[in-house]
Amino acid sequence: MTYIRLDLADLALAALLVAVNGALSMVLALGMERRLLVAAARMVVQLLLVGLVLEALFAQMSPWTTAAAALAMVLFAGREAVARQHRKLAGWWGYGLGTAAMLLAAGIVTVFALTTQLRPDPWYDPRYAIPLLGMVLGNTMTGISLGLDTLTGDVAQSRPAVEARLALGADRWQAMLPVARKALRAAMMPIVNAMSATGLVSLPGMMTGQILGGVAPVEAVKYQILIMFLIAGGTGFGAAAAVVGGVLRITDSRHRLRPDRLA
Amino acid sequence: MLLIDNLCRPGLEPVNFRIDAGEAVALCGPSGSGKTLLLRAIADLDPATGKVSLDGIDREAMPAPAWRRQVCYLAAEPGWWAERVADHVPDWAAAAPLAERLLLPASIGAAAVARLSTGERQRLALVRAMVGRPRVFLLDEPTSALDDAARAAVEGVLAERRAAGAALLWVTHDTAQAARVAARRLEIAAGRVREAPP
Repeated sequence: MTYIRLDLADLALAALLVAVNGALSMVLALGMERRLLVAAARMVVQLLLVGLVLEALFAQMSPWTTAAAALAMVLFAGREAVARQHRKLAGWWGYGLGTAAMLLAAGIVTVFALTTQLRPDPWYDPRYAIPLLGMVLGNTMTGISLGLDTLTGDVAQSRPAVEARLALGADRWQAMLPVARKALRAAMMPIVNAMSATGLVSLPGMMTGQILGGVAPVEAVKYQILIMFLIAGGTGFGAAAAVVGGVLRITDSRHRLRPDRLA
Repeated sequence: MLLIDNLCRPGLEPVNFRIDAGEAVALCGPSGSGKTLLLRAIADLDPATGKVSLDGIDREAMPAPAWRRQVCYLAAEPGWWAERVADHVPDWAAAAPLAERLLLPASIGAAAVARLSTGERQRLALVRAMVGRPRVFLLDEPTSALDDAARAAVEGVLAERRAAGAALLWVTHDTAQAARVAARRLEIAAGRVREAPP
């Protein structure tokens, strides 16, 4: 496998483009230059740190450090998913439900791919496990946060309709079905759109990365197809788990709607 | 029939009363005094403490949906979950004669809910509740948006249900209506319920 190595001068040259953006911001008085600078600096520092962490993980090859890194990624993703919601579940549920759904879905899908399709030796090889989890997690997070956000937002709006059904003797699942369906559709829409557009409108980052790294395009495409299927599966599982958990929390065992459990 | 024993929730002081089969009780009080809170608490739509039973059977002894099929709450502003009127009842053909008795055309089943007037929606919500044949009706101002003819039709249909053994708890601001539809009257103020003198 051959690829063109980058040195610091190459990166510095590319950074000039950001500097041009900054200059443009100053000329046009956009007031963006400071934020642009901070964001670019954050990106460089975060990626360098990740690079160092990955080097250490790959060198250790330990199931424990790999699991710890995976857990940390899930916890960060949980925080990000909560931040994207307008109306959250109150208390620990707000963070816990999305995070648990992500852990479940991304965990199952990643372990499935590692043990049946990719089969590295050992199966938890961090060189495969961590990037794979990262890609699945990033997309599952989007789906879960959209699903939960739609659910909690729509419950407030659809309260009269849901309670009308409850008052007529429907149970909480029957009454919440239209709201839950809407939430699941919202959760699945990004991955459905992504699958439709991939290859025509966009070339996915992982695939282009592999091609730049010297992998034959057909092989890179096969990897990308695998990843898209994993993401679709993970998003579906995760969103279903999150929405079912959300319905259980927004209603109670006496089949009452509980908007008081929203923050 | 319906026994309310120390029913209590935020905004409502402990409430005690009973309604017998075939009896109608009017519930009167200023806006914000807790009428809707009381009806929702009886229907078990909001958490509350105390005992509520129907024919001696505690509501906790049965699943909440089964309770609400027998003790049906009709909201002042009813909600709708489907576009078409007919999709809100299991069998529109069976419900249509009742709609006609409430001065609605049978063809209204095919209409979009969003295009109906407030008064039409109010009567359709009553039709929707009546087809389930509940034993107790908790009615939150069921005629507030109706003209005289429609109001009389609603009162007539509910009087028939009462004669057939149903119990009614009827919220109204109209003292003439309270006297017309109910022999007893409860008054509520600042969450405190008391029996009005005859």
